[in-house]
Amino acid sequence: MSFFSVKKLSKSFGGLQANHMIDLEVEKGEIRGVIGPNGAGKTTFFNVVSGFYAPSSGTVEFKGQVISGLSSSKIAKMGVVRTFQRPALFPDFTVLENVVVARHLNADASLMNAIFRHNNKAEAGNLKRAKEIIDFLGLEQEQDNLAANLSHGHQRVLGVAMALATEPELLMLDEPVAGMNSGEKAIMVDHVKKIRDDWGITILLVEHDMKTVMNLCDKITVLDFGEKLAEGLPEEIIHNKKVIEAYLGADEIVA
Amino acid sequence: MLKSSSGFSIQFWLPVSAIFVFLGMAPQIVSAYRLELLTIFLINVILAQSYRLMTTTGDWTLCHYILMGVGAYATGILAKKFGIPFYMAMPLAAMITVGVSFLFAVPLSRTIGFAFFIASFALGEFVRHVWLKFHNPFGGARGVNGIPKLEIGQSGDWYFIDFWEPTNFYFFTLIFTVVVLVILYRIDRSRIGNAWKAIYADSELCESIGINVARARIMVFCVAGFFAGIAGSLMAYLIGSIDPHNFEMVEMVYLIIWVVVGGVKTFWGALIGVISMSLVFELTRPLEEWRPLLFGVILIVFLVYMPGGLETIIPRFKSFFVDLFGKKEIS
Repeated sequence: MSFFSVKKLSKSFGGLQANHMIDLEVEKGEIRGVIGPNGAGKTTFFNVVSGFYAPSSGTVEFKGQVISGLSSSKIAKMGVVRTFQRPALFPDFTVLENVVVARHLNADASLMNAIFRHNNKAEAGNLKRAKEIIDFLGLEQEQDNLAANLSHGHQRVLGVAMALATEPELLMLDEPVAGMNSGEKAIMVDHVKKIRDDWGITILLVEHDMKTVMNLCDKITVLDFGEKLAEGLPEEIIHNKKVIEAYLGADEIVA
Repeated sequence: MLKSSSGFSIQFWLPVSAIFVFLGMAPQIVSAYRLELLTIFLINVILAQSYRLMTTTGDWTLCHYILMGVGAYATGILAKKFGIPFYMAMPLAAMITVGVSFLFAVPLSRTIGFAFFIASFALGEFVRHVWLKFHNPFGGARGVNGIPKLEIGQSGDWYFIDFWEPTNFYFFTLIFTVVVLVILYRIDRSRIGNAWKAIYADSELCESIGINVARARIMVFCVAGFFAGIAGSLMAYLIGSIDPHNFEMVEMVYLIIWVVVGGVKTFWGALIGVISMSLVFELTRPLEEWRPLLFGVILIVFLVYMPGGLETIIPRFKSFFVDLFGKKEIS
């Protein structure tokens, strides 16, 4: 039984086959990157695995349990949590409030608690943990600012903070450095490494930015036209002929 | 949202105690007719606040007034046909309303936005037509008449209270209103209240952090339905007879006007809305059939020029002065 495995996963939208028979295994404690040229099916793959779409066929298993087809909130409860490509946050809440709301799974969110036992001890624990996460990701300066007023880089980090607040075992990052400048990218890479090294959280990320992926990932899976093209260590991937072709082909079209 | 609910300032307590003094002395000050209007106003406060709770998840329904009607009909039938006393009939009616809300909410939770709005209207009209068409037990177009009056004890007991007396019923409603407002305020400030607001902001994100959005939306609907049921129950006892015409679309429109005029972002918005619009409603009584026109204009003006409602006036003022005098004047 592996920690996280995807078996023969396919997803089609009408006639369009976005993912076809993808197999993938992630070990505990690994940082895994999924890359591919535009339109390779990375985002679809990510959405299927995190429960936003049900797969057309195939399964996703986490610690021996099938999670494909479950709703995202159930998958999150089992310890697989995703972030978003866009800055996803609650704009009217402060940074701290955002992270506290994300402690939902670890809190008593019942109606009876709301009416009769306001501000109880468990809530103090949640607040403490939220501050810990904010410090860990270097957002303490922004703690009391409205999330809407943060810079793009900070908003993306807040997204990761909220995912961490659910205490995941597997963290799935959807293009964590999309739209960032090089300074913000370096900070994000640092954070992701720290999350794995210090807290032992397994990471699966989808990313466009080659340099980031090469820096960050222990192992890389390459998708092209919805199928798995190659898989291996970063230095293997960078010299893989099929991968170079797929990317060069794409580059020629772009240029 | 994390501040303790006891941390109110003098700016809060001063007007609130003034309002309480007025409400407490109202039976001495105003005429019996005005007192009944005030009682209806208090019931409307419960209704508006329960509707505001509903909107925190972003789900604007068109059937909230029907839920109030369910509470009213349930009370009427339980009290009249089964002779159940009010202290049993009211909670039972509220629970029946929760049941109906649940039956509404399960299919509605699969829709969102405009589809939700229209589907809720259809479900509400369905229930209203059930009242119209089924003479037993709903009494058809005539409704349920002669609902037994509300009383504690028998005439002659030392603890006997007759709520037919307007002053007694007024205080009875006032107590309910205060208790409901306190409960709704606590819900609004709680974790679950914040989770509901979060759903409005970004339901995808809520799913990903483990909030079951469909369940939460059903729950809001049921909680709001519970308090609408209480409001309906009070209304049934107050008027003593109910019929389907009490629960027509126009009533729902007024409810929406209260909430739009006040705003839904803070707890106080709907309260401000129902107070100001009730005042306008009473003051414009001489306009007679022109009144709906006025309210239509008010609704449009607010939607265009003040989409946040009256509750945004103070922050707007503040930012106006901040722009004028620089930041350090007002903090």
